Amino acid sequence: MLRLISLALALWLTVPAVAFSQTFQDILQTHRDEVLKPGRRSVGVVLDDLVASGLPQAVPFLEAWRDREIVQRNSDGLFFRVIAEGDTVTLGDLDTGAELQAAEDDLTESRPNGGVRRAIGDALVQFQLSDPDIVRRQAAVEAIARSMDASQLAPLQASIDAEPDPALKETKIRLAGMLAALFADETENRIAAIAALSGDLSVDVRAVLNRLLSTTTAVAATVPGDANVAQILQVGTDITQSEAYARLVAAELAPALVPNDDIRAALVANIADAKVGGVPVHALGTDAGRWLAYDTLAAEGLAPPRVKPQTQSDAVAAHVFYTAYIEPDAAITDAARVALRATETNVALSQAIDLGLDALSLASIYFLAAIGLAITFGVMGVINMAHGEFIMMGAYTGFVVQQFVPDYTLSIIIALPLAFAITFGAGVAMERLVIRHLYHRPLETLLATFGISIALQQLAKNIFGTQARPLTSPEWLDGALMFNDVIAISYIRIAIFVLALVFLAVILFVLKRTRLGLEVRAVTQNPGMAASMGINPDRINMLTFGLGSGIAGIAGVAIGLYAKVTSEMGADYIVQSFMTVVVGGVGNVWGTLAGASLIGFLQKGIEWLNPSNTLAAQTYMILFIILFIQFRPKGIVALKGRAAAD
Amino acid sequence: MTLKTSALALAALLGTTFTAAAECADPIKIGVLHSLSGTMAISETTLKDTMELLIENQNAAGGLLGCEIEAVVVDPASDWPLFAEKARELLTVSEVDVIFGSWTSVSRKSALPVLEELNGLMFYPVQYEGEESSKNVFYTGAAPNQQAIPATDYFLEELGVEKFALLGTDYVYPRTTNNILEAYLKDNGIAAEDIFVNYTPFGHSDWATIVADVVALGADGKQVGVISTINGDANIGFYKELAAAGISADDIPVVAFSVGEEELSGLDTSDLVGHLAAWNYFQSAESDSNEEWVAAWKAKMGEERVTNDPMEAHYIGFNMWVNAVTDAGTTDVDAVREAMYGQEFPNLTGGTAVMLPNHHLAKPVLIGEITADGQFDIISQTKEVPGDAWTDYLPESAVLKSDWQKLGCGMYNTETETCVQLTSNY
Amino acid sequence: MQRSFLAQNPSVIWFIAILALFTVVVTILSEVSGVGVISTSFIKTLGKTLCLCLVAITMDVVWGYCGILSLGHFAFFGIGGYAIGMWLMYARTELIVIESLAAQAIPSTAAEISDAIGNQIFGVVGSSEFPLIWTFADSLFLQLLMVILVPGLLALAFGWLAFRSRVTGVYLSILTQAMTLALALYLFQNDSGLRGNNGLSGLQNIPGYRDVPQATVSIIFFIASAIALGAGYVFFAWIVSGKMGNVIKGIRDNEARVWFLGYHVERYKLFVFTVTAVVAGIAGALYYPQAGIINPGEIAPIASIYLAVWVAIGGRGRLYGAAIGAAFVSLVSSWFTGGGAPNINLGFYTIQWTDWWLVLLGFSFVAVTLFFPKGIGGLFDLLMRKQS
Repeated sequence: MLRLISLALALWLTVPAVAFSQTFQDILQTHRDEVLKPGRRSVGVVLDDLVASGLPQAVPFLEAWRDREIVQRNSDGLFFRVIAEGDTVTLGDLDTGAELQAAEDDLTESRPNGGVRRAIGDALVQFQLSDPDIVRRQAAVEAIARSMDASQLAPLQASIDAEPDPALKETKIRLAGMLAALFADETENRIAAIAALSGDLSVDVRAVLNRLLSTTTAVAATVPGDANVAQILQVGTDITQSEAYARLVAAELAPALVPNDDIRAALVANIADAKVGGVPVHALGTDAGRWLAYDTLAAEGLAPPRVKPQTQSDAVAAHVFYTAYIEPDAAITDAARVALRATETNVALSQAIDLGLDALSLASIYFLAAIGLAITFGVMGVINMAHGEFIMMGAYTGFVVQQFVPDYTLSIIIALPLAFAITFGAGVAMERLVIRHLYHRPLETLLATFGISIALQQLAKNIFGTQARPLTSPEWLDGALMFNDVIAISYIRIAIFVLALVFLAVILFVLKRTRLGLEVRAVTQNPGMAASMGINPDRINMLTFGLGSGIAGIAGVAIGLYAKVTSEMGADYIVQSFMTVVVGGVGNVWGTLAGASLIGFLQKGIEWLNPSNTLAAQTYMILFIILFIQFRPKGIVALKGRAAAD
Repeated sequence: MTLKTSALALAALLGTTFTAAAECADPIKIGVLHSLSGTMAISETTLKDTMELLIENQNAAGGLLGCEIEAVVVDPASDWPLFAEKARELLTVSEVDVIFGSWTSVSRKSALPVLEELNGLMFYPVQYEGEESSKNVFYTGAAPNQQAIPATDYFLEELGVEKFALLGTDYVYPRTTNNILEAYLKDNGIAAEDIFVNYTPFGHSDWATIVADVVALGADGKQVGVISTINGDANIGFYKELAAAGISADDIPVVAFSVGEEELSGLDTSDLVGHLAAWNYFQSAESDSNEEWVAAWKAKMGEERVTNDPMEAHYIGFNMWVNAVTDAGTTDVDAVREAMYGQEFPNLTGGTAVMLPNHHLAKPVLIGEITADGQFDIISQTKEVPGDAWTDYLPESAVLKSDWQKLGCGMYNTETETCVQLTSNY
Repeated sequence: MQRSFLAQNPSVIWFIAILALFTVVVTILSEVSGVGVISTSFIKTLGKTLCLCLVAITMDVVWGYCGILSLGHFAFFGIGGYAIGMWLMYARTELIVIESLAAQAIPSTAAEISDAIGNQIFGVVGSSEFPLIWTFADSLFLQLLMVILVPGLLALAFGWLAFRSRVTGVYLSILTQAMTLALALYLFQNDSGLRGNNGLSGLQNIPGYRDVPQATVSIIFFIASAIALGAGYVFFAWIVSGKMGNVIKGIRDNEARVWFLGYHVERYKLFVFTVTAVVAGIAGALYYPQAGIINPGEIAPIASIYLAVWVAIGGRGRLYGAAIGAAFVSLVSSWFTGGGAPNINLGFYTIQWTDWWLVLLGFSFVAVTLFFPKGIGGLFDLLMRKQS
């Protein structure tokens, strides 16, 4: 409403000016400072003037302004549009379109900020809604969706019939429905529009309904008859006694409490002969003493009296505390409430599903990170502390490949097998050089591999620097799969999930259906017996270790794609990976899967309970795992029989 | 064994002190206390290089008080207790005249007791959470009212944000800054339920749920904005997830307090275009002195290197110290401190920085939009804002004031008119 | 008994003698005595190193003698530091606050004093309320008790759960590491009430002795650390030498057999785990007032792994080995990372030790595990053999 008045005022004030001004440039010059440094709240006058001028240059100017192509020539303060940049800048005259040159030093750019650009977009709406160019029409619709102003309802409705693009028409109808719910003239129309929104769980529809249902808190002796009351607040359950009293004070229905600081100040101000109000100063070190002295002062009229607890509760009891809808019409708020309630269950369900998807995604990441470790740990009983660094090596491989192969899709296709090959090689080398000599000393393997871990981490720092490196995903993995406005999961996470499934299948296939798998299982169960059956345990160990490390490398590429590539990324995942393996049960692919799922879902569950502190969620998860191990020391899927022996 | 090592270490220490050739009988020594290894090396090494460049330039211009300036560089290795140890070494063994150093608050708090005990002098160049005032530290980075508050004003005024998500890494700077902002927002009529706060660990990478939470904030029809105090690497995953969810700066603007040119240089910024950062300096600032400085930096370090806000803080701090020493005619800490008050030096964004009696600078606040080439488009620049050690928006701090020049106290309670303490509250 | 114990363990006498000599020499060369050859900051480094030696000895007892590779002993060390740090911070702040409030016109109420202290300590992390865990912070005696009780009870509870369900070997290592991580993450939170990432600082200032110079404070703590190390050495040497020592070593070598011989293995393990945790806590309580600051980063799992590294390099299963390893690696580390080591110019590349030290440490650690499982302590064996 205010906007309309200001618009009318502006029109009334500026029409005569416009009538006499010759050029568009002149209008800009009357607002020179505002055009150069616009502000969201102050730019309205300029926009109104420009639009009211009715000049054809207005629309292209506004578009150029929004796109930051407007500059001012310092020498004479005139505004131009930038056409081409270079050593000298090519400018276009705003009125004639004539091209001219200028030195860069002589130009100051006008940089409208986000809020101003939104205001420009609003001003452009009326010109763009029926523009032949679909891009502009879309921009206009987006601008309306962002600002949701009453003045936009009529033009939007008028443009619907002529809209040629069916998808955009759909959007316009939907948007018009939302605007109608908010701003239609007749109550029946609004209620009908609100009813039409019922059941739609998209964020913008719920935003409209919630906007209709926005409330204010109020307090009164009795509820006024004209108030559209949302809820009567019970003191003690809905609000506390002290909150209630504070609201009374704020509404000037009760005297303010005297804060302790004021009591102190009043006492200090009234010290006479080492006494205040008859109480010696040295006795003022307790609240009781201070109150006694203060009450005497108050009785003498030297300070405002203290509000006693009894007075407070009496005052609170004498008033009603309630929240009232800002919308005065109860019929509309009722309709909105019904419409919103219809979506509530759906929204809650969708949120649960969304959380479930996030948990699934986290679980698949943990699974990828841990499965390699599970294989080596399960088959060889060797804890590889450098496993995280193999993940890191894989990620850096991806980064290096992207330096040479600029095509992101191709580079990922190259990086995945290359990362496998490199970490496979590193794993085999480590097995042959270090781990082989420590088979009967598992604790020392842990420490030796830790030594390798810190060395590799520092090497990565020395080679690639400590700065995080980008590993960019191909374009077809950008964006997210949206089921509705609540359930969404990014494609990259889906890709990681698929990758995890593929690996699960591949590993199960290798272990259960190939000769190598048979030998691996034989060595796992009884190395001595396996050796006497003609299996070479050394070779199997080496290959297993290589396989586990290779998978870590591929996991590294995947993790790098969705998060970051740093020298410390391995350390971020190593403890979680250990826990996944230990919780799941050693030496079993299904166990690792169970462990990863448990940890992923658990972590998301705890985060949901305490959304403001992710760190606390991690702490509680670890505590849970420690306790879990106490009760199932061998993990969820425990091996039985001989293989279970340490 | 141990004795031998100690002798070796001592010899090494003395070695670094005496090797530099000195024309002057007693060269002026500047301690540089920045981590060159460990997690903070990435940020702090740049500042060590900055100090070396500044000292080179000063020596080329004739040194100070007729003496060469000599840098004593030590490496506290991102290990906080080591900051105290190295600060003590610098002050007692190397006997430096001033220290430029520290990045994290905890490293500063570690060095503080040593500085106060030995009456040293340190220049601290990074934006921080305030709520501290030491006689022995000059804070040349931004206090909350020089970064966080103006950025929030920008959100409220210019972007019309009505609902705030305060996302931060779980450590002191975000915690305190968000506390201040919460109080400030409530003063500005934002209801408590319209403020969503979340803390994540360092290096957090799993942002899907948090981004979904932020999107869900828009369900009541209010414009949502994110104020990010997310630190370091964690930003990468955060911005990637924002981009994947299709959230542009027009839908939900993000203003970051810890993302600068240096942090962006390792990132593909096409996803981030239009998001905001608030600092006292951007490399893209248009002024002659900045062009000169950027050119000098690139000449020394390489074309691809960028400049950032803490570097400007050292630039101003160092030059002010040089001028103060020249004015005082000595490097004596107390004399230099007196001479520091009211020192003026042109900052790199145009305008003049002034050293206030509370050991903070008056500096302009800039808000920039991230561009595709990893730089910032400056869209808002305020007048010089005087830094405030104790925030006005928390009741406990509002009554406190720092004035070392007249009151001689960093923690002066204006209500009771007493000095709470002379040392700082480390 | 005592004579035979010493006679059986000549290394104890040697160790104590060398430690005493070292302490006396350092004290004489310090700034306190007026000689001033060794700077105060280096005295602090030496004092801290002695504390690290003590915690390394506890690690050696639990790992080298009992076979439990605990990756949590540095967490107990940190808890000890936090416990003493709380008192140091509280008492120092209380003095400051009372002094500043005394200047006011009317006496302060207890609530005002407590608010002011809380505001001073927690103001930097945006709070002023005292968390529950600070209940005893005003009493030195109770906080000293905490130094012993908190690590002890935590180790007792954790050990009881773990040993009872027969978690052994690498599983136990990972479990202790998880415990350490959980503790570090907990302390990282501001809500934990221990000032989050900032931790407790200014611990080098001893409340009530503001006028005592740090040179004196450092020497006092240095001597105290030396005494603690000596006492700890004798105590653990006594524990691992008698009959109980044999059972403990038996558990390390073959746990099942010790079970079959009728010993309650889990009780012995629990005893060793808890006692070493308590001593680690005491070492921490001596260490952090010298370091001046404690924060959760100190407790991170990596610190406990380094502890194991020290013990392994020094030589497991001999107490002096652990002490040597801790002193050697931590001092050499600080020499290399402190820029003391000369850079090596290879012509095409300059090796800067601040960058390459960790690579060297990592690989040399692998080498020690592979080729010198007895560590530096093994060298003594070689010497002995040559003599005999």
